[in-house]
This record gives sequence, C-alpha cells and structure tokens, in this order.
Amino acid sequence: MADTSTQIQAGAPEASSGATGKGGKMANPMRGALSAMGSATEIAAILAVGVVVLAAWEFLPPALDVPRYIIPTFSDCMAEFGRMWQRDNLLYHFGSTLIASVIGFVLGGLLGAASGYLLGLSKLWERVLSPYILGLQIAPKVAFAPLFIMWFGYNSIPKLLVTVLVVFFPILVNVLQSMKTVDRDLVNLARVYSMSRLTIFRKIEVPSSLPNLFAGLRIGATLAVIGVTVGELVGGNTGLGFLITYGEGQANTAMVFNAIILLTVIGILLYFAVAAAEKRVLHYLVREEH
Amino acid sequence: MTSSLELSQITKVFTDKVGNTITAVQDMSFNVAAGELVAVVGPSGCGKSTILNMVSGLYAPTSGRVLIEGEEVHGTRPEVGFMLQKDLLLPWRSIVKNVEFGLEEKKMSRAERRERAMTELERMKLAEFAEHYPHQLSGGMRQRAALARTLVIEPDIILLDEPFSALDAQTKLVLQRHFARTIAEAGVTCVLITHDLNEAVIMADRVVVMSGRPGTVVDDFPIELANRTDPLARSLEPEAGVYVKRLFDTLHLENEAA
Ligand SMILES: Nc1ncnc2c1ncn2[C@@H]1O[C@H](COP(=O)(O)OP(=O)(O)OP(=O)(O)O)[C@@H](O)[C@H]1O
Ligand SMILES: [Mg+2]
Repeated sequence: MADTSTQIQAGAPEASSGATGKGGKMANPMRGALSAMGSATEIAAILAVGVVVLAAWEFLPPALDVPRYIIPTFSDCMAEFGRMWQRDNLLYHFGSTLIASVIGFVLGGLLGAASGYLLGLSKLWERVLSPYILGLQIAPKVAFAPLFIMWFGYNSIPKLLVTVLVVFFPILVNVLQSMKTVDRDLVNLARVYSMSRLTIFRKIEVPSSLPNLFAGLRIGATLAVIGVTVGELVGGNTGLGFLITYGEGQANTAMVFNAIILLTVIGILLYFAVAAAEKRVLHYLVREEH
Repeated sequence: MTSSLELSQITKVFTDKVGNTITAVQDMSFNVAAGELVAVVGPSGCGKSTILNMVSGLYAPTSGRVLIEGEEVHGTRPEVGFMLQKDLLLPWRSIVKNVEFGLEEKKMSRAERRERAMTELERMKLAEFAEHYPHQLSGGMRQRAALARTLVIEPDIILLDEPFSALDAQTKLVLQRHFARTIAEAGVTCVLITHDLNEAVIMADRVVVMSGRPGTVVDDFPIELANRTDPLARSLEPEAGVYVKRLFDTLHLENEAA
C-alpha cells in the first residue's frame, strides 16, 4: 500500500497551505476537472476524449488479437454487467460496499477529527503521542485486514475497521497540523477580548482548521474505498471486493473489470460529496478563478 | 471614561526551548496620561510589541509593574482594545460579524450587538459592506473594519502596533485622520507603536524613543503642535520637521552605539 502513504504525505503540505486562510488552492486533478467543466467547448472535448477511449477499448483488443479473458471489450463488460445485475445480485453487493464505505468514512472522519482536536488542545499529549502516531501513520493499515478477520470473523466488522483505520490518520494529521498553525495573533485577539479557552477553541481554532479538515476528508474519501475493498478481498462473501475474488476464481475478467469500475464510482461519489460540502462550508475562501 | 497608564521599571526576559534567555526590555518606565496618545519608536526587535503584549495583559513582565488607572494589570481586561498591522479579521465571518466579535463576551442582546456594530460601521463608511466577507474588501477597508471592531467595545485604552504600516500612502493618511478624530471625540488613551517617524510626530502628544535590545527609554518628549485631530495639517507645519529630525538623530545615534 505505498499508494496510501504517499497520499497521506501529499496531504500535509496541501493542508498547511490551507491553514494560511488563503486556501482554496486545489492541486487536485478531480477538482481541476470539475472547474474545467465550464465552457461548452471544454465539455465537448471531455466527451470526445471519453468516446475515443471507449472506442479504443472496444476495438483495439480484438484488432490486436488480445483474448477476452485477458482484456474484455467494453461491450463484453456491459453484457457481463447485465448478467451480474440479474444473476449475481449486483445491487446488493454494490450497496453493501457503498454503505460500508460511507459508514467507515464517517466513523473514521469523526474519530480522526476528534483525536486531532484533542491532541491539538494538549501540547503535552501531542508530544508524548506523536512518535506513535507517526509510526502508525507509516504502517500499512490495510495489512491489518487479515488480523481483524481472525479477531472478528467473516462479517462486516473487519472491513469497517480497516476503513476506519485508513481514513482516521490523514484526518487526524491534517487537523492536528492546523491546530498547531493557528494564527497566534488571532488567539491573542480573542484573549484580549477575555474569551475563555473553550470559546477560543470554538470561535477561532475550529473555524481556522476547517480547510485542513476538508483536505483530510478529501484524502479520506478516496482511502475509504481502498479500505473496504481490501477488507472484502481478504474475507467475506459480500461486496464488490468479494466479486473481484469471485470473478478471479472463475477467470471472469469482465466481472473483475466491472467491480473495479463500480468501486471507482463509489470513490468518486464520496469524493464529490465531500467536495460539495467543502464548497458550501468554505465559501468565504478566495478560489482561483480561471 | 478614560484611563491613565503607567509602566514602572518593566523588564521582560524570554527563555527559549533550549534554555537561552533573551532580555527583550529592561527597566522601562513611562506614563501615558488619560486621553493622551503616546507614540513609541525604536529599532526593530527592541521590544515594542513585547511592551504592548504586557500592557494588554497577554503575559506578565518578569519584573516591574503595569498600572492602569493606578491598578496593577493581571491578565487581559475588557476596557483595553488592540489593533495590529494585520487586520486580524476572521475570514469566515462577514464584516459585521467581525465587528460583533469583541462584543460577544459582553452581556447584551443580539439585536443590541448588531445595532452597535452597524453604528460603528456607518462611522467607518463601511455600512454597505456589512454582509461582505473580508476577502472581498481592499486592504484599507479591512483595516477600517478592524478599527471598527476595536472601537465598538468602547475601550478606555487602545494599543496599536503599527496599525497603518501596511497601507498605501493615501489610505494611510485618510485612516490616520479618521483615527485621530475618533479617539479625540472619545477621549481614549492610546499607545501607538510605529516605525514611521513622521507618523509618530503627526499623531502623538508625546513620543517615547527606545534603545536597541534590550529596549529601554532613551528619550521621551512632548510634541507641541496644534491640530491634534488633523495629522495632515500637522505634517505641513515646519515644527513637525524639527521633531522628526530629533527622532531621526536619536535613533541614529542609538544604532551607531549598538
Ligand atoms: N515569545 C517570545 N519568545 C522568545 N523571544 C521573544 C518572544 N517575543 C519576542 N521575543 C524576542 O524579544 C525581542 C523583542 O521582540 P518584539 O517583537 O517586542 O520586537 P519589536 O520591537 O516589536 O520589533 P519590530 O519592530 O520588528 O516589530 C526580539 O528579539 C524577539 O526575538
Ligand atoms: Mg513588533
């Protein structure tokens, strides 16, 4: 899971730029794509690229004599999709993965944010615990999946736990980072106005940390799907991750393709839900206009 | 209501993480009479901001005492206002909500708070921007909003740490005049920290000159110019140049000695 840790590290500098209050600078490809969907010509170009990719997928493998158990064509996948819908209870598996991703993301996000704020409030605890947090942050969290299955059995608890764990850290780290970089002068201003520690937390520190929190949530949204998938791959008999192992066992490449596509769809849904919430909450940040 | 301010033999020693000590200010004493505006000038790093922080009660001096109206300062006090070079507006609050910020710890109804904030914004000619967010305003407008937030709590003492230094020359003049009038009307006691010797002369009733670190008072003299509420008019008086020259010479000698 080198993928996971690089994303977490990438989150930190982005987060600190958010803490300056200017924020809004999203070096993120998805956000870039979203705002790029402005003009009609751009939309046309985006659609054209999609059509070209689909056409290449449909016609290139047969033309190059690649067998369909290696790369099934687009139409193969669509046909398999219909079959999975009718015969393999696809909606159930999709729903199961979606719900696990959302619950895992929400729980992991809440726990990560709460821990970040608590550690941010206590310099002592932050210093005592930060080496361990660093260690756990580097540890490949998805590798815990088999362990959780040994502990809790073949049910939905292990995949939820893995998800909570992978979502937890980037959010914790981002929130903690923002608590450490709150503008001291703003805190002093509140102190001059005789505000209590709790009021300062509520009126200065929490609002200051929101850009970082959302940077963490965006990373967490993409990681949540990875957590659920690994949990389902390792054990259990539900979810899109299970369909991947099931399809693999039957040499049904189209089924594996479809499961991956649907997992990506869940990831995109989560990501854009977070991005939409962020846009509402952080409306006061100056965004870079095109 | 106005209050006098007295700094009596203040020394502040900072200890960093490694245990090194820095004496920021040493044995500093000066007084500010009720309703007086005293400017403090001195080389960078001589402890000017440190003094303001101690007067505002953010931290205590290592030795010596700060007295407001004869009463020793322990911790922050509701009658003290504070304004920095940075406007310190909260970006997530609208301008009127920012102005209300300082009133939120005072017992008053939401409606009264809003009314006071709007009155202050009207005085600052910012009423039409009440619902805007800070990033939608120019630097000068933001600093005016910060001034409104400082004044709305009706402070007896206002501490200013280079409040006009980030502004362009014209905005600066407008704000200086506006500020001079406002505090004269309210009779507020002010300590104005500045790097701008001209600003010190045209705004202040008295100037305190500090030495390099550890900071202490090397000169303290009254500015006897008319037009206290009109800094621009003051700056045109020939006497003003003499005061600026005196400040320049004192500071220059200080730098050479260091
Ligand atoms: N919290 C602190 N901990 C350690 N040292 C400090 C602290 N605050 C200030 N100092 C030191 O005390 C000295 C005076 O700082 P201060 O900010 O008061 O200077 P200043 O006169 O306001 O400078 P400037 O004109 O550049 O704003 C500096 O050397 C600074 O490094
Ligand atoms: Mg300073």
